[in-house]
Amino acid sequence: MSDKKVVIELRNVDKSFGPIDVLHNINLKVREGEVLCLLGDNGAGKSTLIKTLAGVHQPTRGEILLDGKSVTFDRPKQAQEMGIATVHQFGGTFPLMSIGRSFFAGVEPTKGWGPFKVFDRKTANEIAVKAVQDFGITRIDDGDRLVGGLSGGERQSLAIARAVHFGARVLILDEPTAALGVKQAAHVLRIVNEAKRRGLAVIFITHQVMHAMAVGDHFAVLIRGAIAADFGRGEKTREEIADLMAGGENMAELEASIKV
Amino acid sequence: MSVIGSFLRRPEAASAISLVGIIAFYVLIGGVNLGTLFGAASWVNFAANLGIVAIPVGILMIGGYIDISIGAMIPAGSMAIAIISGYYGLPIWVGMVGALAMGAVVGLVNGILSVRTTVPSLIITLATLVVMQGVVLAGAKLLTGNASVSLTSPVWAKTMFGGLIGSSHQTIIFWWLAFTAITVFVIQTKPVGNWIFAMGGDMVSARNAGIATNKLTISLFVLSGMSATFVGMCSAIQFNSAQVSGGMGYIFNAIVSVVVGGTLLTGGYGSILGIFIGVLTFSIVSQGIYFTQIDRNWSNLIIGVTLLLAVAMNESFRKFALSPPKKRPGAQRERQKA
Repeated sequence: MSDKKVVIELRNVDKSFGPIDVLHNINLKVREGEVLCLLGDNGAGKSTLIKTLAGVHQPTRGEILLDGKSVTFDRPKQAQEMGIATVHQFGGTFPLMSIGRSFFAGVEPTKGWGPFKVFDRKTANEIAVKAVQDFGITRIDDGDRLVGGLSGGERQSLAIARAVHFGARVLILDEPTAALGVKQAAHVLRIVNEAKRRGLAVIFITHQVMHAMAVGDHFAVLIRGAIAADFGRGEKTREEIADLMAGGENMAELEASIKV
Repeated sequence: MSVIGSFLRRPEAASAISLVGIIAFYVLIGGVNLGTLFGAASWVNFAANLGIVAIPVGILMIGGYIDISIGAMIPAGSMAIAIISGYYGLPIWVGMVGALAMGAVVGLVNGILSVRTTVPSLIITLATLVVMQGVVLAGAKLLTGNASVSLTSPVWAKTMFGGLIGSSHQTIIFWWLAFTAITVFVIQTKPVGNWIFAMGGDMVSARNAGIATNKLTISLFVLSGMSATFVGMCSAIQFNSAQVSGGMGYIFNAIVSVVVGGTLLTGGYGSILGIFIGVLTFSIVSQGIYFTQIDRNWSNLIIGVTLLLAVAMNESFRKFALSPPKKRPGAQRERQKA
């Protein structure tokens, strides 16, 4: 595994908002074709960490390396142009637009010339449908359908397919399975595996240990802004991970205390 | 079946049904003669003036904004051309440029305030509406000492902007139809149309997708301001005078037409063709009533009921549009058999 190329790396990254330290001394590496699962309870600093990676925030100290070179992102757009794509919980798609139009929002293919250069609906629909189907979502076959008519899992898949189509190399998935049912979550996990197979570096943020264990190669647990544990696949059991996520407390005891 | 299905999935479906419904109502209950109704100029003139304002208001609404300052910009456009070319006697084109520039400047202010602050555009344009009412009234009094200014236009300007065809239909009808055709083409087929829908659907995602949302928003407000002053300018040329008041009715008329036309008040959904049909529906309801045996005092009631019915239809058709189409004809036949 370690022979794979490191795509993105955080070195000694701190982030403070004024006097409040949110992240301390974060060191992380994500290799191509590898899924890093970022685990942590609410308020652990997961959102700040991914926003720092996506260019929304700049690290207070430390550096971000992309392909071994130090980079700084002043704006999210810059991070995107360098191939870092973030897909949020609800997919970041437009519910009342067609699949084809939504897929190409901002980068519409056109045909014709001069004042009659128009949006090429047919091409857009074909490319969008093909991109999603390549990820194994064969139920999407009509680019004219509205995005809002898709299931939550399909919308996530559409957003991931879109990011990959437009050249993402680092895929940040912010709780993609949080709002989904069991079956839909399985769809999304399959898509994550497909992205991994294509050699993307995936950062998968989740609450659910089971989902993390299904796709993760590498795990990092964040507690109060610091990395509390960093381990590879198969090195810890489900219970151990759950305990770590709960901030080191014993989940079994916690669960027992709930029972009357 | 699939033809009906794909028709009902379109944003303008409900407005088209409303239009047919209202004509049927007037014919059956009101006893109006269809030929008389379609031959009449009054509602077409009304629709043309309203339509030119309603289209940019509707485009803004699709993009997630609203502009009610148009209510003051219509008399402002009239006043600008009448003061510049009537009171001061400058060439008519100077007055036209002045009127349109005034619309552009107020649109620019609306747009910049909308993108720079978090204040809802309803409040921003409410403020500019009131401000411009004050500016027009005080400005007209200050400059001319009068609340009504007369204007004499040369023949070419009269023919192009304020003439009559067949002594009843205003030339602004051509401007309306041309404006509708151009905006339908642009919004439906150009990438910029897609950007407006994306912006109204989710502003943050649209910006993340690389769409210049700020520039687009400001341009749309400028278009709206200029369209309103254009209508004011044409009416000053038509009637040879400008008044400081009037135009307030356009605010509600335009919004009703846009919403009847299938545009979602919260943005992200709608069509120009729908707005066009919404304007026709509104104009026939409010002006066509004079051709019926129905007491015209009922017209507002009919407008209100039409609005409610159209919005209810829009809601259910939108839900339908979000549901996956059953399109394999084989599958349908199987279901019928079973």
